[in-house]
Amino acid sequence: MNSLKSQGFAPVVSDRKKDGSEWTVKEKIMLGLSPKEYMAVQLRNPFNWVLWAIYAVGLPVLIGRFIFGLGWVTHSSYDYPWGLFLGWGLFTMVPLSASGFMMGTTVELFGRKDFKSIERLGLLNGLLGYLFAVMFLQVDLGQPWRLIYPMFVSLGPAAVLFLVAWHVATYLSCQVAELVPAFSEWMGFPKAKKFVKSIVLGLTIAGIILSTLHQGALGALFTYAPGKVHPLWYSSSFQWFHFFVSAVFAGLSMLIVVSTLTKWFMRWRCDENYLNNLSKLTLGLAKGASLALITYLVIKIIGIAHDNDWQYLATGWGGWFMFEMIVGVILPLIVYTMAVRNSNASLARFGAFLAVFGLALNRLNTALITFNWQLYQEIPHWREVVIVITVYATYIVVYRAVLARMPILYTWKETK
Amino acid sequence: MKMLNRRSFLKGGLAGGAAIAAVGTSKQAGAAGQSFGGYPDSMGVLVDLTKCVGCRTCEAACNKEQGLPTPDKPFDDLSVFEEKREGGLPRRTTEKAYTVVQKYDVEGREHPLFRKVQCNHCNEPACLTSCFVNAYKKTPEGAVMYDPTVCVGCRTCMVACPFYIPAYSYSSAINPVVKKCIMCYDTRLKFGRPPACVEACPQEVMTFGKRKDLLKLAHQRISEKPGAYVDHVYGETEVGGTAWMYLSDVPFDKIGYDTHLGDQPIISYVKEFLAIVPMVLTIWPALFTGFHLLSNRKDALKKEDNKS
Repeated sequence: MNSLKSQGFAPVVSDRKKDGSEWTVKEKIMLGLSPKEYMAVQLRNPFNWVLWAIYAVGLPVLIGRFIFGLGWVTHSSYDYPWGLFLGWGLFTMVPLSASGFMMGTTVELFGRKDFKSIERLGLLNGLLGYLFAVMFLQVDLGQPWRLIYPMFVSLGPAAVLFLVAWHVATYLSCQVAELVPAFSEWMGFPKAKKFVKSIVLGLTIAGIILSTLHQGALGALFTYAPGKVHPLWYSSSFQWFHFFVSAVFAGLSMLIVVSTLTKWFMRWRCDENYLNNLSKLTLGLAKGASLALITYLVIKIIGIAHDNDWQYLATGWGGWFMFEMIVGVILPLIVYTMAVRNSNASLARFGAFLAVFGLALNRLNTALITFNWQLYQEIPHWREVVIVITVYATYIVVYRAVLARMPILYTWKETK
Repeated sequence: MKMLNRRSFLKGGLAGGAAIAAVGTSKQAGAAGQSFGGYPDSMGVLVDLTKCVGCRTCEAACNKEQGLPTPDKPFDDLSVFEEKREGGLPRRTTEKAYTVVQKYDVEGREHPLFRKVQCNHCNEPACLTSCFVNAYKKTPEGAVMYDPTVCVGCRTCMVACPFYIPAYSYSSAINPVVKKCIMCYDTRLKFGRPPACVEACPQEVMTFGKRKDLLKLAHQRISEKPGAYVDHVYGETEVGGTAWMYLSDVPFDKIGYDTHLGDQPIISYVKEFLAIVPMVLTIWPALFTGFHLLSNRKDALKKEDNKS
């Protein structure tokens, strides 16, 4: 598409074509291309070839999971009831999607209108991340069709997961509402946008409350297993806070990563306003992320001191912990600081990749790698890995499809 | 009633609405520090590991009583003791076996020691407190029951169980459920009869009775025969106490028991988070609205100026 644009193709940016006639929904879905051109573009894109290869292997396996059961795709471990589906799909994707409430807070609550051009990307990153976390959950649950049981059929309100279920569900609706303006512009329903604008502060504050609690609750889920998670990754007092604070830098860093990818691969869809502000905003996000990183580092150290876990640092697990902290926390902190000091956005982007890696490593360490540290190491079944890749690929496909159409990376031009 | 107070306190704290949370905490504030010690007349089983000869009769009785599938190896096949699961660990409970006997070769002991494993039926079960659809129930008789008709299959109970007991029927695509010992509640316990495994044991390894009486009996046995037992009743205090308790002549940590579980029920480790929930729900809205007003005060002032 980037090459198409350089040849003079103009993507949809308002509800009217150059000649003044209105775009139909079908034309908008086709990105303003003719069906033939659209197909040609899809076939030419080498990334799509990779996706087809993933689906060729992944779809049969995914369907097989629902026909033959979880036992066919996992090792059916009783000792490791949670595997990659939750370790990656829930515990890693949810913090990486914290950008939604972070950007809502920055722009709507703190009134930082200068972040406006990246706000919608933050919101979309949040919405899709949560949506696909639920998809991963649906793959993992033994009886996914009972997903609404904790809401309406049999309630266990004293359980941490009850809070997660309710909060993720309400927060999903919250995020859908926050993105209604983008959808309403694209579809041409101005009323919906007006309504959401009138309640945006309420939505944003609801988002902060729900995010604080469910990001924290994902950590608190592991306080049910005090002896199973390694002491260096476990703290009954601070687990929720560790998960919450790390979600703050993870969400911001993921937003930097995604915005970098859009700048590289979807430049055709970005408008001048977005591209011109991106470096400045990247540094702004980096500043926020580095504040969260230093907070996280300090509270992690306090966690170790509080439980007096120092002796574990000298063990093999301690070395692994130090690796996570140095590469995933301290290094991005240094890189971010240098980037902000020298106004070097490329450096901040490198720091963001590190921070995202550090977050993912932390969640996988807590949920899988150091879990049952006194028993044995569970290696996920290959079909489990294939399904994770397939669902994640779908996440990317949906993400790209929305970015290509709705006014996320560009500003909609009102013609009425 | 202790337990009811505390439960409703927890429920109040998590009910989702700030108002409910505020009412719940103010009413029950006095009960917050208390822990549930168990139903006063609940039943239990005392297992004297020194008496077990590893005949697996209990496994067979359980299999029959619970209508479990016929195992690959018959119950008189003692080679199962040599089987190892991942990590070189001994056999454990599965979806097809709610109780299993493990064999431990202990240095200096004449015969190997056999250990029977099944759900310990905790006084305050981790599985129960972690379940978000309330599928678990602790009956006044002492059994920890599971309701497969509401289970969503999140398997948090398996993560939470400190004894690694619940198994899951992963093989079923349509109706996978948690599988674990229910102390023969619906066929025996609720009629006051001992579980099938207890009754079947030819060595009288297990004694069925009220938990408080069993505790007295256990300590009596220890003091009557000094040196015959380790001076500890496993399950008396572990994770808040369990209905199944054990006597051994070998230190418990040498025969696969986790001796680092502590005396607190698992839910006590989660409470620090549960306590912040009502605080966030009530404080955040005002706090962040305040932040909003503060950060936008210049704009607001400008508007005022323009008006005047």
